[in-house]
Amino acid sequence: MLKITRRHLLATSLALALAAPAMDANLASAETPPDMLVMAKNIGDIITMDPAEVFEFTAGEVIANVYDRVMMFELEDLTTLVGGVTENADISEDGKTITLKIRSGQTFHSGNPLRAEDVAFSLQRVIKLNKTPVFIFTQFGWNLDNVDSMVVATDESTVKLTIDAEISPGLVLNALSAGVGSVVDKELVLSHEVDSDLGYAWLRTNSAGSGPYQLKTYKANELVMLESNPNYRHGAPAIKRVILRHVPEPSAQRLLIEKGDADMVRNLTPDQIKGLAGNNDVTVNNYPKAGLIYLASNDLHPFLSHPKVREALRYVIDYEGMANSFLEGQYQIHQAFWPAGLWGALEEKPFNFDMAKAMSLLTEAGYAGGENLTIDTLNQSPFQEIAQVIQQNLSQLGIETEIILSEGKTLWPKYRARKHELIIARWSPDYVDPHSNADAFADNPDNRAEAKLTGKLAWRTGWFDPDINAITAQAARELDLGQREKLYKDLQRKVQRVGPFSIMFQHNEQVALRNNIKGFVSGSNFDLVFYRTVTKE
Amino acid sequence: MTEIAFKKKQRSEGKLTSWLLSNSPGSVFQARCQRAYIAWMAFRANPIAMAGLLIILSLLFVALFAPLITESDGTPRDLANRLSAPSGDHWFGTDELGRDIFERIIWGSRITLYIVGLVTVIVVPIGLAIGTIAGFLGGWVDNILMRITDIFLAFPRLILALAFVSALGPGLENAVLAIALTTWSPFARIARAETLTIRNSEHIMAAQIQGASTTRILLSHIVPLCLSSVIVRLTLDMAGIILTAAGLGFLGLGAQPPLPEWGAMISTGRQYLLDQWWVPTVPGIAILVVSMGFNLLGDGLRDVLDPRSGDGK
Amino acid sequence: MSDEAKSEEMGRSRRFSPFSSRALKRIGNFLFTVSLTFIGLTAITFIIGRVMPADPVLAIVGDRAPQEVYDATWLALGLDKPLLQQYGIYIWNTLQGDLGTSIMTARPVLQDLIHFFPATLELATVATLAGIFIGVPMGVFAAVHQGSLGDHIVRIIGLFGYSVPIFWLGMVALLVFYAKLSWLPGPGRIEVYYDGIVEPVTRFILLDAALQGEWEIFKNALAHLVLPASMLATFALAYIARMTRSFMLDQLNQEYVLTARVKGLSEFSVIWRHAFRNVLVQLITIIGLTYASLLEGSVLTETVFAWPGIGQYITNSLFNADMNAVIGGTIVVGFCFVGINMLSDALYRFVDPRARG
Repeated sequence: MLKITRRHLLATSLALALAAPAMDANLASAETPPDMLVMAKNIGDIITMDPAEVFEFTAGEVIANVYDRVMMFELEDLTTLVGGVTENADISEDGKTITLKIRSGQTFHSGNPLRAEDVAFSLQRVIKLNKTPVFIFTQFGWNLDNVDSMVVATDESTVKLTIDAEISPGLVLNALSAGVGSVVDKELVLSHEVDSDLGYAWLRTNSAGSGPYQLKTYKANELVMLESNPNYRHGAPAIKRVILRHVPEPSAQRLLIEKGDADMVRNLTPDQIKGLAGNNDVTVNNYPKAGLIYLASNDLHPFLSHPKVREALRYVIDYEGMANSFLEGQYQIHQAFWPAGLWGALEEKPFNFDMAKAMSLLTEAGYAGGENLTIDTLNQSPFQEIAQVIQQNLSQLGIETEIILSEGKTLWPKYRARKHELIIARWSPDYVDPHSNADAFADNPDNRAEAKLTGKLAWRTGWFDPDINAITAQAARELDLGQREKLYKDLQRKVQRVGPFSIMFQHNEQVALRNNIKGFVSGSNFDLVFYRTVTKE
Repeated sequence: MTEIAFKKKQRSEGKLTSWLLSNSPGSVFQARCQRAYIAWMAFRANPIAMAGLLIILSLLFVALFAPLITESDGTPRDLANRLSAPSGDHWFGTDELGRDIFERIIWGSRITLYIVGLVTVIVVPIGLAIGTIAGFLGGWVDNILMRITDIFLAFPRLILALAFVSALGPGLENAVLAIALTTWSPFARIARAETLTIRNSEHIMAAQIQGASTTRILLSHIVPLCLSSVIVRLTLDMAGIILTAAGLGFLGLGAQPPLPEWGAMISTGRQYLLDQWWVPTVPGIAILVVSMGFNLLGDGLRDVLDPRSGDGK
Repeated sequence: MSDEAKSEEMGRSRRFSPFSSRALKRIGNFLFTVSLTFIGLTAITFIIGRVMPADPVLAIVGDRAPQEVYDATWLALGLDKPLLQQYGIYIWNTLQGDLGTSIMTARPVLQDLIHFFPATLELATVATLAGIFIGVPMGVFAAVHQGSLGDHIVRIIGLFGYSVPIFWLGMVALLVFYAKLSWLPGPGRIEVYYDGIVEPVTRFILLDAALQGEWEIFKNALAHLVLPASMLATFALAYIARMTRSFMLDQLNQEYVLTARVKGLSEFSVIWRHAFRNVLVQLITIIGLTYASLLEGSVLTETVFAWPGIGQYITNSLFNADMNAVIGGTIVVGFCFVGINMLSDALYRFVDPRARG
């Protein structure tokens, strides 16, 4: 008996010992195929691929590579707005009519020609579907009833847009470079229409564009696979297939890039970037982004509504300490609502970490110690670390705080219902125009609870300032560029000093790539990411 | 110690031992003490069980004397001294915010005990109540109660706990409630099974004839008899409870920062595994040791208190 | 393991059940249990979905949606109807095989489940098999050599598998076997560039690849399976070895074993032909329980290894307030629980003549 059992044990242990190396080493660290780009990223935020609905970071990036837009920023010059499918845009004297001339000879992935009709259909479709990003177009005065007459294809290659709002045409063109400005293949989309949904159900997981890539496969929380469009306007992309693989764990991404199982990874933490320093096969590239992290206080809270308390908060934040430790390399200090490096940005940093000043401001506000508050934030890095640092500084002032970490889906309802006290959150512009952020951080035309202006951060924090509203409106309709820029700087300075927001940091994306990957471009906004110039040597 | 005192002690010890081991106990009290003493002797002879007891006692000790063992409660951070390796200053190194991991582990033991204690306090009475009532009354009461128990048994546990915590909001207390909600059902089963075997025994009959109320019979006759198997089961479940709590912490649904809960420490520390291995490794080992302790102890207790189950003689 | 008592208890009531009209009664009982479990599971999950602070509408429209868009979606989801009515509609649809649409994946939940569940099933099956083939011999060995060093080692291994946080062990294993030693591939079910080559027929990647002769992919998938399956197997092995040992000890102390020995039967025959055969019956229940608990207990392992299984699906859906997906997933896992229990019950009856009456 003893022999048998021993033999059994021996056999099993042998099998185990053999099994491991038998899975052989070359399988464990295979090179990715040469015409394929494997990118590890957290793609859990994707909800939809329909450009009339996309509002999330990853999907925004994907559709930017799948659809050409009415207006675009091209990678050769990321600061100048140019025509996408449009050859030129003609603005009337009064600024109320924009005539778009569509380039000739463009085709969709399906082979269908791209016509003025497709452009008009795409823009109307956004209004008709009425999904989240619709507000970008409704500010032009477009709505369900009038959109068919406001957006008209007058001939094969001309689209006429009519604006019915006090808004600068420059802002309109900027807004047409947002995801909602994507041009979809009308015939293809309508051929998949169900219950007059304008192809919405189908387009959520498929694509019908004319961009450098087309969507081949989308598996939620697994991968997105793109296939190149050989007939692209700027020539066929070098990489045939781009795969975005869902890897939510930064530590797993780190392993994949070091092993060469991924060509690039997108969500490493500063500490992991540091750890890559010794690896000669991997390069780290920096791309300044427009994403901001801010602390907001609820103006409906009796203690926090005091202007001096709001001001004091700006001094309890250890900007330098955080930026130089766990945020190092990925966030820099920025204190105004429009990100540095973009037109109209205000780069002044009037606040620093100063506990004595904070205390004296609190005393002026009549604070006698012993306040209890909550800090809501996202349950991810670096938000929870930032919250803990602020928590400790506040506690030195006698303000005890409880940190509540949640998923976005739990945090946002609370924020939108104005039930938070302190909140640490992030913000990224919807399109590259300062109005995009001014609309969120400054404008609040109606502070009543029933107004439900839930898209605006100023309303969410219950902060209402008629002067600020006036400047926001004035800046949005100003035609003169120089004057407009000045108005935005003034506005930012004011909001910086009196608003309920302490803007703290601006994002700097660090992407780790294998050395043989070249030509990846990532611009300031979340959807200014280009795969088409990537090469693999 | 003088020689006389020593002899006296020896004699009294001898007396105590013989009293404890006498063949004909003179009182109920003596009989109970005897049973406990014999159990203890059996327990002491089992090195594995003693190791478990030792681990749990050290856990208690560390939790109780945390303020004396450590200089601070592990919350002060030192951003300049982040992620430093284990050294004389920081035995287990420091974490991503420059906090001493040794101190956090020590203070974390209190959280572990808190979880374990609170779950016990909730689960045992509920399980006992449902199980004994179902078993004693039988009929439709039994049917209904056991069907409910069955549903909870059929529920994927971790998923129920997850769902429950996300409904109540993340936090230590809610995690404890969620765990309790998913652990009570086996206790009800055990209590019912025990109750069924003793329901028709003579002394219960006698009590019934004497006119004792149902509550009284349940509380003073049935519950005490169920206790020993419940205790064994509880000790063996402790590891599971600790691991579930750690798992919830790992998914970000348990204790919230800056609380030094071990599972949450692993969760935030996992991104440092490659370069600063100690950050997630130390709390992992802490969890392993403590749940191992409970398992060893439970094994030993089972041998002593529940000799019917043949496991681990 | 918390289900010991359950199995004991089941065994007990089983033996007392009357023999006459047994089959009919059992079928009735089965249907009753299944429908009760179904109602219980869905009701609890439904209520939880209602009181959750995460907002399903926001999960669809996103944080920045204007209020009109929010309200329109709210109505479209039917959230304006009374809770009981919503529940009724859900049950009605489910009975017709429609589990609703997932918010996250924009696909019918049923389709998602068909996609994700096999991954978990594959993982749990391999882990359970490993647990059986290593755990059972280990347990028998320990029982036969009770008190020896080997016995102690088996016990310690058993207790270790019970006590270790699997998610942590998984991380360490990835570090050692993938990052440092390069023996095994990293997280995921298969290398992404192999995705979509194998036609999903059975949806078990190993089977599909083997059937279609894609051996490269088969090898790759097998290599990916080793680490996560080993993690789950650690637990399965611990439990199975421990219970085997204890059952065997019971048997070895019985008189018939002594008799057999006295009669001069070989040790092999005594242990495997006699004692082990009697243990087999109890083991089946234990293995069933292990299998069921691995199916649901793989949540954390799936998270660590980025395994696209049902555990991750349910967890992700939960965080995204995607309640159709959560309820659907819970029903599937819950039914596996019930199903496996019933199956091991039936096997038990089949193998053990005493239980048959």
